[in-house]
Amino acid sequence: MPRVEATTAGAVSECGSERPGVALHRLAHARAGDKGDRLNLALFAYDPRHYETLVAQVTEERVLALFAHRGASRVRRYLLPGLAGMNLVIDDVLQGGVNGALNLDGHGKTLSFLLLGMELTLPAALLD
Amino acid sequence: MTFLLGSGAGFSGDRTDAAIPVVAELIRRGQPSALVFETLGERTLAAAHRAMRDDPSAGFEPLLEELLTPVLDDCLRHGIAILGNFGAANPDGACRVVAELAARTGRGGASIGRVHGDDIRARLGELELQRWEAENRELPGEMALISANVYLGAAPLVEALELGAEVVVTGRVADPALFLAPLVHHFGWAWDDWDRLAAGMMAGHLAECGAQVSGGYFADPGRKEVPNLARVGYPIIEVEEDGSLVVTKPVDTGGMVTARTVKEQLLYEVHDPANYLTPDVVVDLSSVRVEEIGPDRVAVSGIRGKPAPQRLKTTVCYEGGWQGEAEISYAGPNALARARLAAEVLRERLTFRAPPELRSRLDIVGHASVFDSDAGDLQRTMPGSASGDYRLRLAAEHAERRWVERATQELLALYCAGPAGGGGVRRQFQRRVCTSSYLVKRSDVDAFATLFDARPADERSPAHATR
Repeated sequence: MPRVEATTAGAVSECGSERPGVALHRLAHARAGDKGDRLNLALFAYDPRHYETLVAQVTEERVLALFAHRGASRVRRYLLPGLAGMNLVIDDVLQGGVNGALNLDGHGKTLSFLLLGMELTLPAALLD
Repeated sequence: MTFLLGSGAGFSGDRTDAAIPVVAELIRRGQPSALVFETLGERTLAAAHRAMRDDPSAGFEPLLEELLTPVLDDCLRHGIAILGNFGAANPDGACRVVAELAARTGRGGASIGRVHGDDIRARLGELELQRWEAENRELPGEMALISANVYLGAAPLVEALELGAEVVVTGRVADPALFLAPLVHHFGWAWDDWDRLAAGMMAGHLAECGAQVSGGYFADPGRKEVPNLARVGYPIIEVEEDGSLVVTKPVDTGGMVTARTVKEQLLYEVHDPANYLTPDVVVDLSSVRVEEIGPDRVAVSGIRGKPAPQRLKTTVCYEGGWQGEAEISYAGPNALARARLAAEVLRERLTFRAPPELRSRLDIVGHASVFDSDAGDLQRTMPGSASGDYRLRLAAEHAERRWVERATQELLALYCAGPAGGGGVRRQFQRRVCTSSYLVKRSDVDAFATLFDARPADERSPAHATR
């Protein structure tokens, strides 16, 4: 099966078959860190072959949309190809941060797994 | 010759038996080494200042004795320097405890260094403060101010080691500076040798959260397995004179050191990886490499440094009113609907039982909580299982405790006046701390070290006099 560029979830591939959706959790691991009302999510592909897929699909826009309900105002993405990873820095997402939040998790430590719940599409050739 | 950095704790509240296997390994290897306790978070420091206000002999790490007792004598005997920010708001108080512990094992003459200069509360009004970019708060009034501390670099810690300190007690310093200091002292690195300083800072960055680099905070069953997490080994970093780093851990401990565990910690709380700000150097991780070179051995290379920033970060803590929390459980058939009804009842009650400025939030734990917004967007839209085991949580915040009590009282009243089958109510209150961060001019900060002398001032020898 030819490798197809995956860009949008559920798109139809060149060979007419539906590309399989896959949770980011299956392809990558992540850790959250906080400073004030700013969160960073460090995300790494388990398999370097999946790094380009992460770069194409875990975009600043999609991450901002994922955290929009919490008031996220900006996402900056720093790519680290040498680590097959990226650092996502999300502003104003902690609704007050560790000292001001009413959330049980004021640090936002659990939010790495909100990111890992994101759905990606993966070229079938890479899904093994 | 290789210098070994061991981590004994990564935060206030960390395992107090973690340092034991680390020290055993440092002794077994017989190389020059240091053991670091990082126990001071932003809020920990504010809590310490409050504790000291109530009791002048308090205000340092409450677990200090428990952390040091198992390893202090071994470290003193084998020349393993101990460095810790466990001094918090009261480094002198912590020095006194260290001196007493040392005296118990016949080492009353142990040399204890104390770092000064981080507490700038008294001078806050005179200094030129620049707002930190991630902050947007105004400086609080004098009444509400709890503390103001600068994140010091490694220089005053190196000074303490040069004075002969075997234990170095600090208040606020940049966490990785606790690790950089013994490296600068041992290798004699210059303060403008940016690449080496950056490597030393990153050695500290990797180790400062304890087990977070060696298998802690990593396990995800089925995806990321970690052996024997109950006995996870805290990290040891092997550092060479040229700044080469190898992350490892003591033999016969749980956990693991792999490229993955190291990568996750490498970017922990980092923003722009090309410009990671520390007091002593700006670290550039753009071309960092992480390589497994043996079992539980990971080499980190390619760390670059740029000149240190001209300003130092200062965190100001001030009173933030009160927060109250209360919870009640609903379980079994139709539990989600009963929890939702309870939430509705509370929302309505709060509209006329609490003042409009009360901030509040309702979670249904088991359905939508930590991922949710204060407004409960996910709780309203996410499908959930009708029957289950749910816990409704109310959090409320107000400047005055009585309104937080009133609000949480409403949750308590669900026992008799809410939906069927609610149980297990718990309620708690806490004073809140607000923080904001500023940048101060490096030249406005006077950081230095002295050796601690437990005797009253009039009995001290000149060598121990404070500057």
